[in-house]
Amino acid sequence: MTIPDIIVPSAGRSRARAKARTYAVLRFLVVIVTTYLGLLSVTFFIGRVIPVDPVLAILGDRAPAHVVERTRELMGFNEPLYYQFYIYLKDALTGNFGTSVLTTNPVLDDIRRVFPATMELATLGTLIGSLIGVPLGVLAAVRRGSIADQFVRVIGLIGYSVPIFWLGLLALVLFYAKLRWVAYPGRIDIVYEYTFTPVTGFYLFDSLWQGQWDVFKDAFRHIILPAGLLGYFSLAYISRMTRSFMLNELQQEYIVAARAKGLSETRIIWGHALRNAAVPLVTVIALSYAGLLEGSVLTETVFSWPGLGLYITNSLQNADMNAVLGGTIVIGSVFIAINLLSDLLYRTLDPRTRAR
Amino acid sequence: MTPMLTVEDLRVRFPTRTGVIEAVRGVSFTLGRERLGIVGESGSGKSQTGRAIMGLTPPHAQITAKSLDFDGIDLLKAPSKLRRSLRGNRIAMILQDPKYSLNPVMSIGRQIVETLRTHEKVSAHQARDQAIAMLEAVQIRDAARVFDLYPHEVSGGMGQRAMIAMMLIAGPELLIADEPTSALDVTVQLEVLGILDRLVADRGMGLIFISHDLRLVSSFCDRVIVMYAGRIVEEIAATDLAHAKHPYTQGLLDCMPAIGSSRHPLPVLDRKPEWAL
Repeated sequence: MTIPDIIVPSAGRSRARAKARTYAVLRFLVVIVTTYLGLLSVTFFIGRVIPVDPVLAILGDRAPAHVVERTRELMGFNEPLYYQFYIYLKDALTGNFGTSVLTTNPVLDDIRRVFPATMELATLGTLIGSLIGVPLGVLAAVRRGSIADQFVRVIGLIGYSVPIFWLGLLALVLFYAKLRWVAYPGRIDIVYEYTFTPVTGFYLFDSLWQGQWDVFKDAFRHIILPAGLLGYFSLAYISRMTRSFMLNELQQEYIVAARAKGLSETRIIWGHALRNAAVPLVTVIALSYAGLLEGSVLTETVFSWPGLGLYITNSLQNADMNAVLGGTIVIGSVFIAINLLSDLLYRTLDPRTRAR
Repeated sequence: MTPMLTVEDLRVRFPTRTGVIEAVRGVSFTLGRERLGIVGESGSGKSQTGRAIMGLTPPHAQITAKSLDFDGIDLLKAPSKLRRSLRGNRIAMILQDPKYSLNPVMSIGRQIVETLRTHEKVSAHQARDQAIAMLEAVQIRDAARVFDLYPHEVSGGMGQRAMIAMMLIAGPELLIADEPTSALDVTVQLEVLGILDRLVADRGMGLIFISHDLRLVSSFCDRVIVMYAGRIVEEIAATDLAHAKHPYTQGLLDCMPAIGSSRHPLPVLDRKPEWAL
């Protein structure tokens, strides 16, 4: 083989690879746009179809007829539907979800306030859930049928079947009321509420950034119980999934080959089997994280956590459509973002799914 | 010459819910730096014999033997740490299908380097050079490029060569090849066998070649063991195969069609229950 023979095909390959990458990015964009469009049309139609008159919700049922008519005109409800949808799209894309009837703030401002609270809780919960759940699942798979496996099974079963509000209340009674290990419900002590000005809304991060150790400690004492509970519930799911993925990988021939190479069990389990099981695990953890980002209403209620779940539930009970739909769009966007992220991660973890 | 490997009365049992299944029932042979072929049909215990020598039988299997001795080491009594240090280092094994026996999310080069660095203290850079040299030894052109490829990016024949490179890089003295070419195309089979043949000869390794292909084994090995239902029914020099005494071996040979002669109907393999006793 002459030298040009080798160079030409590899140059062609790299060009083809760049082309495939452009194609993948384009496909990503199309997916985002269509999903988002679908999401917005669903929320738009729910907003128009649901038998709550937004005008009535604002003015109350005793407003004089001409005021109702004027308000309706101002809110754009007399325009044709397609024009309303166009305005809706424009508003949604510029972040204008209208004003919340309940709080009288722009919905976006409200969400900017409540979403970091939920995200902080969900992130810590998922971290706890995966950092404990994955090793537990691995242990259960490796020692299949042993006491350890049964132990993990029982932990998972309790996590699946016990209602979170009940466990939350019990935990509060024990760790707050009796043992005083953690702080009372809420995000932060009243003392700090006026001295501490958050920047991003993630209290743990903000207090660290500003070097306010006492605030960090206090915020941690507040978040650890609800985050621990959410973590426990995602742990139940993650450990079960890890166990079954690991059992599947441990049966594969490449594990026999790894043993034949003389590798240590630790290396085989964590370096080979888990590395392969990590590919589907990413999806599982991402979905569980996205589920927590929706805001868990029950946990947020029990722990008076001013998060997205609580906000949407309150708005729903007060027929505050703008807030509900705004919240829905935020949740939808989060789902799209997390899905894309896990898709990207999937590609880096599994060479077989990379664009060639 | 003292043999490198002595196997005497090797038995492998698997306890199941319905009773104990004995997959290998008293196998004995010795091996020097030569090529030994083990043939037999599916379930004859040939693979389990190989895995018992490697120490790769599943943990619930019971292995007993009067003697299972590798170079003065009693394999059955050896602590698991010692056995692990033998695996890949002094005794290696090639598996059947590279599609399943190579880790799909690890590049070929890293898998080869991993074997080397488990057994020898070498720097990452040195290990890479040695791995590339090993890939060249199994006749892979453009070894530096293949080093960074993933198993799904190479063909079956190339994958099996990578497997051979991965298992031979630490310089084992005994190689167990468990159906190393059964998953490959016929044309590629010969290529891979040729590579294996040269490496075994150059390095003076002992080889146990497990296969169901009698003709392949007889052309490739010095000595052939024929197994049936967990026992050795015949041990014979490969050149004497035509004069096999045991009716099962004769039956196997009889089933092979020969070019140039019409054999209709082709005889059906006879399995007498008393052979399995």
